[in-house]
Amino acid sequence: MKRDIILSGVGGQGILSIATIIGDAATRAGLNLRQAEVHGMSQRGGEVESGLRLSDSEIYSDLVPVGSADIILSMEPMEALRYLPFLHKDGYVITSSSPFRNIEPYPEEKVMEVLGSMDNVVTVDLGKITKENSMPKSANMVLLGAAAGYLGILSAEQLMESIRNVFAPKGDGIVDMNLKAFGKGQEYGRRQ
Amino acid sequence: MTRIRLLLGDEAIAEGALQAGIKGVYAYPGTPSTEITEYIQRSAAAAENGVHCTWSTNEKTAMEAALGMSYAGCRSMVCMKHVGMNVAADAFVNSAMTGVNGGLVVVAADDPSMHSSQNEQDSRFYGKFAMIPVLEPSSQQEAYEMTGYAFELSEREKLPVLMRITTRLAHSRAAVDTGAGKYETIRKPAADDPSSWVLLPANAKRKNAGLTSRQPHLQELSGEAPFFRTILSEHGDRGIITCGTGFNYVMENNAPEAGFHVMKISQYPVPADRIRDFAGRCREILVVEDGQPFIEEQVRGIAGWNYVLKGRLTGDLPRTGELNPDNVAAAMGMKRVPAFNVPECIVPRPPALCAGCGHRDVYIALNKVLAGYPDARVFADIGCYTLGALPPFCAIDSCVDMGASITMAKGAADAGLWPAVAVIGDSTFTHSGMTGLLDAVNDGSDITVVISDNLTTAMTGGQDSSGTGKFEAICMALGVSPDHVRVVVPAPKNMDEITETIREEIEYRGVSVIIPRRECMQTLARKKRIADNGEEKR
Repeated sequence: MKRDIILSGVGGQGILSIATIIGDAATRAGLNLRQAEVHGMSQRGGEVESGLRLSDSEIYSDLVPVGSADIILSMEPMEALRYLPFLHKDGYVITSSSPFRNIEPYPEEKVMEVLGSMDNVVTVDLGKITKENSMPKSANMVLLGAAAGYLGILSAEQLMESIRNVFAPKGDGIVDMNLKAFGKGQEYGRRQ
Repeated sequence: MTRIRLLLGDEAIAEGALQAGIKGVYAYPGTPSTEITEYIQRSAAAAENGVHCTWSTNEKTAMEAALGMSYAGCRSMVCMKHVGMNVAADAFVNSAMTGVNGGLVVVAADDPSMHSSQNEQDSRFYGKFAMIPVLEPSSQQEAYEMTGYAFELSEREKLPVLMRITTRLAHSRAAVDTGAGKYETIRKPAADDPSSWVLLPANAKRKNAGLTSRQPHLQELSGEAPFFRTILSEHGDRGIITCGTGFNYVMENNAPEAGFHVMKISQYPVPADRIRDFAGRCREILVVEDGQPFIEEQVRGIAGWNYVLKGRLTGDLPRTGELNPDNVAAAMGMKRVPAFNVPECIVPRPPALCAGCGHRDVYIALNKVLAGYPDARVFADIGCYTLGALPPFCAIDSCVDMGASITMAKGAADAGLWPAVAVIGDSTFTHSGMTGLLDAVNDGSDITVVISDNLTTAMTGGQDSSGTGKFEAICMALGVSPDHVRVVVPAPKNMDEITETIREEIEYRGVSVIIPRRECMQTLARKKRIADNGEEKR
């Protein structure tokens, strides 16, 4: 079994933390993993993308080939669409529906129109969920929770174990907040 | 014993170096090489063994310090991004002439596609130029293992060894088995051989002849290297010669099943005999290499002009830019068609200076003042503040290489351009700006230098900056008049004071330095996070 995932968003939205959680879970599960990160200049409020490849057999390329991503997981709706050529024809887009506006004009209407026209799209209102639950810093874990049911190669329990593991050095409060956020995302994902 | 860890290629190299028993790493931060040194800085084993790991002022000082450590009998590593090789080049090339005592490994991280760089130069040329072995890993596991091998090779051949990686390997994570992991510093007696280390012409001539005569031996080693591989196909007779990350894309596309024999080169100088044999086995060869057509040009010479050779020079692969599984597939005759295209509404989202960043106030002030000087030019430098080129600022006219702001402003001023303003960051100033400032002082050049000091090396993630706390003293010691070394705090509430200071110093006909000083927003936020929840620095 193999899963190619494109993580996308804007620098500072926490996509590398999502990658770290999935990477930790995959390694604990004994899966092979390649994760291509972006460091340096592109972090300064620019577009950020990280490719994650998980497989029970050997993986050669660090980069996800065109047309092979099972999931595009995005913290930002326009950033989800930027990487569409990498999506498999039957793949899923799981994205926040809350735009990050640091460009003018932001093509919100058209972005939503394209997302609405596609078959396998799950939009998550991260802005609303994090506000209602007072978890502004855990939006990324809400998104991961919403995507948990679609990953296929890792269970929600394995991901939660890795959330505990990865956030443990930051204290119990941070672990609990992120687990709660993950749970909120799961609830939302199940309703879709 | 196995010990599996999820490591970046950079971190795998660092771990390999620690287990090889280095006594020091010397480096100046530069994407995509920075994480090698940072890994060692965080390592408990390194701290316990007293492994040197503080940042150097630039790549040349790093290279020379590492050579000194090698002279003293210990293993040392130097890390830099590809353009750092230009700065270190004098020391690097001549270290091939002296040779080494303790193992010396130089890691150059190239950046094809220029994700975070101003050019796409291929460091393998430097290795060939210096006539030393170059290693190139394909995977994170190989990067880890190859680092230990590199130190052994360096000591056995008594030569520095260059390890060349690219962004994709440096910044991709994979599970790496780092074994039982002993961390014991290797120490030999110090060198005691002035005829090797004093490169007077008499000695240098002998060393040069020796190094040159060893090239066939080094070529032979490349063909026997532990990471060299040939995979023969049972389905065809075309060939692929590849190296580094290129090998991954070739295998991703199932080259042997698709009828390609595959030769993976992991060590240079290129093994000419092996290539000749391989060419004899194949009806044509595709060369797949990240970077410039380094192998391709040499294979052309080995296989002959009438041999069917494909690669970057023939347009089968793009002439520039990073390889990926798709452009390699296309070169192998496989076409991948995406099911979806990028919708037309998608617009670029370029990086920008952070909200609240002091560089913003510097550019706002400069733009205000220079609006009154239509002939003014702003020569900028390498760092976050290069983003001043983009809207809304559009405030700079040049950015070339580390330190070039001051010296280009000086040259332009010498030609009569006025006002000539230089904008340089604190870390870049100590890296390569100080000597240029001395030139300007000695000539009394009419320039205004802005050292935008955010107390850190910000663009690479907030590393310590060599000159913090010393800038006024440095400028005055270089001869800038104390009356014209001015410090301001770049914040909106001080805008009148800043603009007035800039105006006064432009009107002063000589060298003046303005130091806008306020801490980087990123390092400030990190300190706050650490204070709030005891979070360790990542």
